[in-house]
Amino acid sequence: MSADGPSVGHRATAPGSIRQAQQDPAWVRWGLISIAITVVVILVVIPVINIFVSALSEGFGVYCDNLFADSDTRDSIMLTLTVVPIALVANLIFGLAAAWAIARFEFPGRTLLTALIDLPFSVSPVVAGLMFVLIFGLQGYLGPFLRRDGYAVMPYLTSLPAVVVFIVTFFLLQPRREKERRGPWKHPKLALLAGSAFVFGLFCFGQQYFEVWPRNQSLKIIFATPGLVLATAFVTFPFVARELIPVMEAVGPDEELAAVSLGANGWQMFWTVTVPNIRWGLVYGIILCNARAVGEFGAVYVVSGHIAGQTDTMPLRIEKLFQEYNLPGSFAVASVLTLLAIFTLIAKIKLERKVPSADDHPAMRNAPEAGK
Amino acid sequence: MKRLFAAAAMSALLAGGVAATETTLLNVSYDPTRELWRDINANFTRLYEKQTGIKVTIKQSHGGSSTQARAVIDGLDADVVTLASYLDDDAISKTGLMRADWIDRFPNRSLPYTSTVVFVVRKGNPKGITDWPDLVKPGVEVITPNPKTSGNGYLSFFAAWGSVIVRGGSRQDAIDFVTRLYKQVPVLDSGARGATTTFVQKRIGDVHLAWENEAHLEVREAKGDLEIVNPPISILAEPHVAVVDENVDRRKTREIAEAYLTYTYSDEAQEIFARHFYRPNNEAVLKKYLGTVFGDIQRFPITAIARDFPDAHKQFIGEGGVFDTIYKPKGQ
Amino acid sequence: MAGVNRQVLPGFSLTLGYTLFYLGILVLLPIAACFIKAASLSFDQFWGAVWTERARAAYLLTFGAAFVAAIANLLLGLLLAWVLVRYSFPGKKLVDSLVDLPLALPTAVAGLVYAGLYVENGWLGQYLVPLGIQGAYSRLGIVLVLIFVGLPFVVRTVQPILEDLDPELEEASASLGATRLQTFRDVILPTLYPALITGFALAFSRGVGEYGSVVFISGNMPYKTEIAPILIVARLEEFAYGEATAIAVVLLVISFSMLLLINLLERRSMRHER
Repeated sequence: MSADGPSVGHRATAPGSIRQAQQDPAWVRWGLISIAITVVVILVVIPVINIFVSALSEGFGVYCDNLFADSDTRDSIMLTLTVVPIALVANLIFGLAAAWAIARFEFPGRTLLTALIDLPFSVSPVVAGLMFVLIFGLQGYLGPFLRRDGYAVMPYLTSLPAVVVFIVTFFLLQPRREKERRGPWKHPKLALLAGSAFVFGLFCFGQQYFEVWPRNQSLKIIFATPGLVLATAFVTFPFVARELIPVMEAVGPDEELAAVSLGANGWQMFWTVTVPNIRWGLVYGIILCNARAVGEFGAVYVVSGHIAGQTDTMPLRIEKLFQEYNLPGSFAVASVLTLLAIFTLIAKIKLERKVPSADDHPAMRNAPEAGK
Repeated sequence: MKRLFAAAAMSALLAGGVAATETTLLNVSYDPTRELWRDINANFTRLYEKQTGIKVTIKQSHGGSSTQARAVIDGLDADVVTLASYLDDDAISKTGLMRADWIDRFPNRSLPYTSTVVFVVRKGNPKGITDWPDLVKPGVEVITPNPKTSGNGYLSFFAAWGSVIVRGGSRQDAIDFVTRLYKQVPVLDSGARGATTTFVQKRIGDVHLAWENEAHLEVREAKGDLEIVNPPISILAEPHVAVVDENVDRRKTREIAEAYLTYTYSDEAQEIFARHFYRPNNEAVLKKYLGTVFGDIQRFPITAIARDFPDAHKQFIGEGGVFDTIYKPKGQ
Repeated sequence: MAGVNRQVLPGFSLTLGYTLFYLGILVLLPIAACFIKAASLSFDQFWGAVWTERARAAYLLTFGAAFVAAIANLLLGLLLAWVLVRYSFPGKKLVDSLVDLPLALPTAVAGLVYAGLYVENGWLGQYLVPLGIQGAYSRLGIVLVLIFVGLPFVVRTVQPILEDLDPELEEASASLGATRLQTFRDVILPTLYPALITGFALAFSRGVGEYGSVVFISGNMPYKTEIAPILIVARLEEFAYGEATAIAVVLLVISFSMLLLINLLERRSMRHER
């Protein structure tokens, strides 16, 4: 949402009076702006300039060499670009589900659930990593089994998504109106239970029968990419959900209720009403989650194993270069992370331009049939 | 996967069409030994391929020494460990991953190289620091990392403690000395490298206690602003090497792993250690660099102050040890 | 809010079920592992690990610094969000994008850079240290760096709400004769409470867990500038997993109770608003 703020959206009433009502006196405006800029300069700009100065302290050529000539650094960039999107998508799906459940429905333990969602934040990253070591480590609860015959769990693990797909399809195909529900939809609970069991069994058995997975092989979770994904997903767990809950609550359920009463199914309502309404929260959530995931150090430090060119993410690479007395090199990688963050933000701004700003929002408020 | 394929294809090409066997080893080591092991690995892989026709790729892992030890304990597939202290190897061995006799498998108690703790001071040594007692002179600020969280930190502590005990001081003298010493430490960085930055970039402190090899790197990086002072007496740092039995047996890499560590005792490898400022085990090689690179320091072993490293750590650094009493606020 | 919704709006059991499943697997299970590990200690061992004088000093510092930093972030975040949504000025987009940078920078880099800036020969320290302001290796340093890492949270939670705020509210308030300040205090601020509290909670809990940046700027002096997570690391160095997780559990329990409290506050403020 750009310069003029939400006032753009409202043409129905006299724009002049609103503009005036939202207008602060010039001295307040400029006073606040200068304070804000000062804060950002001191807290963010100066440190960032410092990073670039250190990165370029031995000239641009050395800077480029530090980034592109070192294969370990290249691998670390690739690894970060693999780990972060997976964690991001997982947390995005979770965030949408959690925000919908929490913001739209009343149920016992809702406050507790919200607090639990915040919990990963206050867990020190070192401890977050340690927890996964306690579970998957060789001295931990699952470690010895994973080392002995780890792939034995794969049929079960891969069958779970199949069950999820089944459940979602079941609901998607379910006829809107109560009267039209026949066959399996007449007894949804029974059908779901039996169907899930059948799908799960089929997939499990199929994989075991055809011996898809190797036997007696150790499956690496920690000190390999899956561990990095888990740790990253853990530390960025709350972002999307926490960003969406207040936005969804502020928007309120009226439009969705209208859409449903006009005959939209859940899927249509979600895409045409919910997503447009919460899109800023969604965008901010994704950006925050992405930024934090890219920069995560503490938790991945514990579960990475630091194998050069294999399990070093960019932040770990920065630390390693620092440890090797290659300060310009380490700041060069840090500057790439900084640039990455700035690019994300540019992408966000581009997105804001593309999507017509707040206009459609009040429009939708007046015309809920948009949900059809 | 792709990389594996590419590497396999490459090795096939190099072997001139004959299907060469390809093996990887993982060497789990501590910071900042990457450059050192990279040199050694390059030489070893070339030699080994020439001798046996087997192409070895050696992967490296570096981090804080005890963090690395914990990773191996928790299942990191290390074939060999080259960690900073007996403490870490001992912890791995206690879990059964290495057999109890690991220390006797290679010459000189599995020590292809050793090191020690020296002083780094500002140019011209303005505070005139030459020996341990100078560190507690009024107005001298000492930079050393936190012994609780850093291997360098506890080694420096042991060195300071031993400098009193080995010269005939009593336990109480030693307690007084380290208490005064740590009162003159303005910043307890969590790691060795952080302490170096504090000393070099932020210009805090008059003397920095560092491993000999890191002191050299530090002085080189500072381009003439710093110099090394060799105290007459200091601790013998013992970075053992070992084969992780459980892992090499499972991965069937024992032969190569042992050849790799044996190679570190060769003249060629010993030279490489010396070039990276680690004191080689080979007397002849060491002599070549003594006086120029390595100062004449009487290095006392850990047994001069405790039974062994774990015992020393427990007595001095661990919860409730001597170090904890230093910072206890008075009157409580 | 709506018990009725459950019949009308779809997806309650699906979304709640998935939420609980994912939360359980990714968060609760690991945390349970942590508790079980800590429970392997005897009570005396546990108590001896978590309740020493030094540990108490560290808890106090950790929670105190996180709290002060979160309060500072509350004010700064509100200000920034307000300025970014309401005003236009040259370079606004840039400022907007810079707000997220603290998240993307690995915290260790932030700590290193901050310590470098505020020491006596640093870019900012050369002016501040003569005035007696020690921004590095002090408690102030810890708060500074925690403000940095927590900066985006309040801004980003308040911003979307402020952008979607119905302008008619302000118009109505103004037409009823309220001054701008009154409108802000009585009309705008209450709608922002939930977002502000959320942002505060996020910044606070982030501050409690923060390790990487703080160790570089705090100086780590026991009883003075030693934070609680460093005690955990120290115990890990001794290979004492049990004791380390014990301290972690204490931190977890305290911060979870605080989060619960904050969330209850948030609920209440919303009910109040409705």
